[in-house]
Amino acid sequence: MDFGFLFEPAFSGGGTYLDWVISGIQWTLYLSVIGWIIAFVLGSILGVLRTVPLAILRVPATIYVEVFRNIPLLVQMFIWYFVVPEIVPKAAGDWLKTQMPMPEFWNAALCLGTYTASRVAEQVRAGIQSIPRGQVDASLAIGLTLPQTYRHLLLPMSYRIIIPPLTTEFLTIFKNSSVALTIGVLELTAQARQISEYTFQTFEIFTIATVVYALITLTVTFAMRWVEGRARVPGYIGTTGK
Amino acid sequence: MLRIGSLFAAIAAASLLAAPLHAQELTGTLKKIKDTGVVKIGHRDASIPFSYLDDKQRPIGYGVDICMKIVDRIKAELKMPKLRVEFVPVTSQTRIPVLTGGNIDMECGSTTNSVERQKQVDFAPTYFVTGTKIIVKKGSGIKGYDDLKGKNVVFTQGTTNERAIKAYNDEKKLGINFIPSKDHAESFLSVETGRAVAFPMDDILLYGLKASARNPDDYEVIGEFLSDDPYAIMMRRDDPAFKKVVDSAVTALYKSGEINKIYTKWFQSKIPPKGINLNFPMSEGLKEAIKNPNNTGVGPCGKMKC
Repeated sequence: MDFGFLFEPAFSGGGTYLDWVISGIQWTLYLSVIGWIIAFVLGSILGVLRTVPLAILRVPATIYVEVFRNIPLLVQMFIWYFVVPEIVPKAAGDWLKTQMPMPEFWNAALCLGTYTASRVAEQVRAGIQSIPRGQVDASLAIGLTLPQTYRHLLLPMSYRIIIPPLTTEFLTIFKNSSVALTIGVLELTAQARQISEYTFQTFEIFTIATVVYALITLTVTFAMRWVEGRARVPGYIGTTGK
Repeated sequence: MLRIGSLFAAIAAASLLAAPLHAQELTGTLKKIKDTGVVKIGHRDASIPFSYLDDKQRPIGYGVDICMKIVDRIKAELKMPKLRVEFVPVTSQTRIPVLTGGNIDMECGSTTNSVERQKQVDFAPTYFVTGTKIIVKKGSGIKGYDDLKGKNVVFTQGTTNERAIKAYNDEKKLGINFIPSKDHAESFLSVETGRAVAFPMDDILLYGLKASARNPDDYEVIGEFLSDDPYAIMMRRDDPAFKKVVDSAVTALYKSGEINKIYTKWFQSKIPPKGINLNFPMSEGLKEAIKNPNNTGVGPCGKMKC
């Protein structure tokens, strides 16, 4: 393998192929982190709504999860980018297509975020429902309201329980971010393909991409492990190993 | 003992049978085809009329027809009339890695023969001559490349047209906002929906896309040739035996004049799936390439003479 091509001047836009790789890494990180923020906030709200006793709140959340979880990400990406601007009012559609800054990027971030939110919602719901019913009854019996029960009992405990599956979702969003290349976001995989087309150094550049993805996800894994350790409640689940 | 004896006898008989067919050892692609009984052809999905899918999702086109003639020649050469053909879809970005990786034996699409690509792959004689132009919506006010200043332009990743328009953009400092896209159909969709004002592509493919659009009259193909693009069938490098078979099959089509029939079928008659007629007479460049078969590639500047 010869990595010398990284320092050669790139075909267009000034800079070297290394700059293309770095720019690809940046877009992958931006896309995943913004997508994750959307997913975490929206997913948490939806997850809570799926467990409340009020059907008027529960049903829309359930519909959301089933819709977004069951349509392939690739199809959703295409819908956000090509279909949505055609079905909204014309002025809004034109804005989405021509005036909006970085339309590919924001479409992709929104798509990744809303898709992952449906999965996060399911984790949150599972976490809440894993807490024994008796604790909720006890909480209500000592005079806490339902919102207070969520705030002081259900959410603090369930988030601790679901850190491991949430870590998996967080890792997945980095890998899923590569789907954004189908609507023209030049993230890491897209850059790798582009560089391979320009330099024919296919194996070298994909080796680099593989290593970078591995480094990103390993970093996330260790960071989440640290969070898990910090947030641990002594005497509760997951502490026996230590 | 008896078993092993008969096994040896079988091997000896088999090699005796095989020997007269091939005085010398087969190598490379021909050997691969002989051993597997399959010839793998790479095709496109929207390179109209060279290589695309009809309404039954079968690959058809000018390039595919020529490749089938080559397959006939391979059958004759290997004396394998039952040789199976397997079609493998490729894109502008995957065609070269898929070919060099051995997943296809030749690519019959709309690939420009360039000096740069010749470092990776080999080409059959040129079978079409075209060049980069742009397709725009009528009434968009775009009359030439310089009108693209600061506008959104979509391109298909991995094409020579991408290089041509980017080089022009750099040279003239137009500050075009590029939107990369993965195939021609999606690039054209971007123009159709107004996301991009123009799509640079080989002019013949633009006419093909225009003809198959929902409202063909809404679009026009404009501009001078920004690059030269001689098309040819692509195969692996350093495989002289296979190249000889391919070249002789293509040259035979040219010498016999059969190429004219194939050309008329795809460029001057109604073609599937919509029954449109491209009405595209043979260019002087192609007539020349048929008279003197050659596989000269386009230079790094995007022109035949740099």
